[in-house]
Amino acid sequence: MKPASFRYAAVETVDEAVALLAEHGDEAKVLAGGQSLVPLMNLRLAEPGLLVDVNRVAGLDGIAANGVVELGATARQADVERSPAVAAAAPLVVRGLQRVAYPTVRARGTIGGSIAHADPAAELPAVLLALGGEVVARGPGGERTIAADDLFRGYFTTALAPDELLVRVRVPAAAPGLRVGLDEVARKQGDFALAGAAVAVEVDEAGTCRSARVAVFGVADRPIRLAAAEQALVGRPLADAAARDEAAAAALALDTRGDGHASAEYRREAAAAMVRRALAQATDGGAR
Amino acid sequence: MSGRILDGETVVRLVVNGEERRAIAEPRLLLSDFLRHELGLTGTHVGCEQGVCGACTVRVDGRPVRSCLLFAVQADGCRVETVEGLAPGEELHPLQRAFQRHHALQCGYCTSGFLLASLDLLEREPDPDEATIRAHLAGNVCRCTGYQTIVAAVVAAAAELRGEARA
Repeated sequence: MKPASFRYAAVETVDEAVALLAEHGDEAKVLAGGQSLVPLMNLRLAEPGLLVDVNRVAGLDGIAANGVVELGATARQADVERSPAVAAAAPLVVRGLQRVAYPTVRARGTIGGSIAHADPAAELPAVLLALGGEVVARGPGGERTIAADDLFRGYFTTALAPDELLVRVRVPAAAPGLRVGLDEVARKQGDFALAGAAVAVEVDEAGTCRSARVAVFGVADRPIRLAAAEQALVGRPLADAAARDEAAAAALALDTRGDGHASAEYRREAAAAMVRRALAQATDGGAR
Repeated sequence: MSGRILDGETVVRLVVNGEERRAIAEPRLLLSDFLRHELGLTGTHVGCEQGVCGACTVRVDGRPVRSCLLFAVQADGCRVETVEGLAPGEELHPLQRAFQRHHALQCGYCTSGFLLASLDLLEREPDPDEATIRAHLAGNVCRCTGYQTIVAAVVAAAAELRGEARA
């Protein structure tokens, strides 16, 4: 199918984009990589009146890692995936990106776009949540920072206001004791996850978990943290398989729904298996 | 185009396979339809029009993209490569020859997308293993071949492009 008619503005600065969003409100949509928005427009599930194309905004696609990993909103997923600096400082970001759709989609898809779109089954929002990251949004009144824990509000819904543009994504650079893992179940390679998990665990020199963030995706209206899983890990050795199994079992209590792709029971079991696998990866340390 | 809102038709100028081309497009015209209907380059095929099948894959400024997910106005000023530009002259590109030799197509609908996606892989990774090829082509759907022959063709073309045996 073909998209409905719309007006189009290719802006060159963030200020221009914000001004247009402020002026046109809900009618306007930001166009970044277009890998989620344009399919919705082609299917006429979205019919924005104005597209604000931010692809030509200079400097919005930066990739930097100096104590904190800072990714510009229009940084292409493929470029971040291949960045040695990101691989060293935020390996979970790379691991998540490798599961985002297909290489040819990642060549065009952006970091900011995937997070702002907030598909509940998408990898990057869960990675951001597991790493305790944040986003920087610019609106008419200036910039503000939104923690991942406060960003995702529901199906395809974030705390971003209609006149705000997500400009940067930040995650802390991995400390030496950080252990990470991610896995998901999908019908075929590149499909959205039926269930998935991303974990980031800080261990001390003895291997004891000091803190843990366990995020699951594809099982609720947004990526969510499993508090019971995190509590099961803290204070116990990550190498303790019983602790990891207990953490994974927390997913069995998820209040999830079945749909045409998978039943609620399947999703809970799969989420638990993915938490178990992600924690096993974290334990092996290779993934860091 | 910056600084103003485009409402209606405009002239889109781009370089397709090394040749400067221009045509009229309204904002909602997809690059895939622009190439086919406005420029007459029907080698780029349109399958699902929702970014799933990969049939419409072209390269824009050196990057593989699904041309059904890019508006023609976005490609203004860009360099576009389509399947028509693969073979330099009368002789097929090594990838095309390998697809022919290995029966990597039947109906041919998906082929131009596979060729462009494969070209992108081989330019970055001249000697990919089978798993890498399969992962890279996971976003391209073929309903005829079962993929085995496509993978074999890419392996053979890679060898030829590295200067080894002719595919």
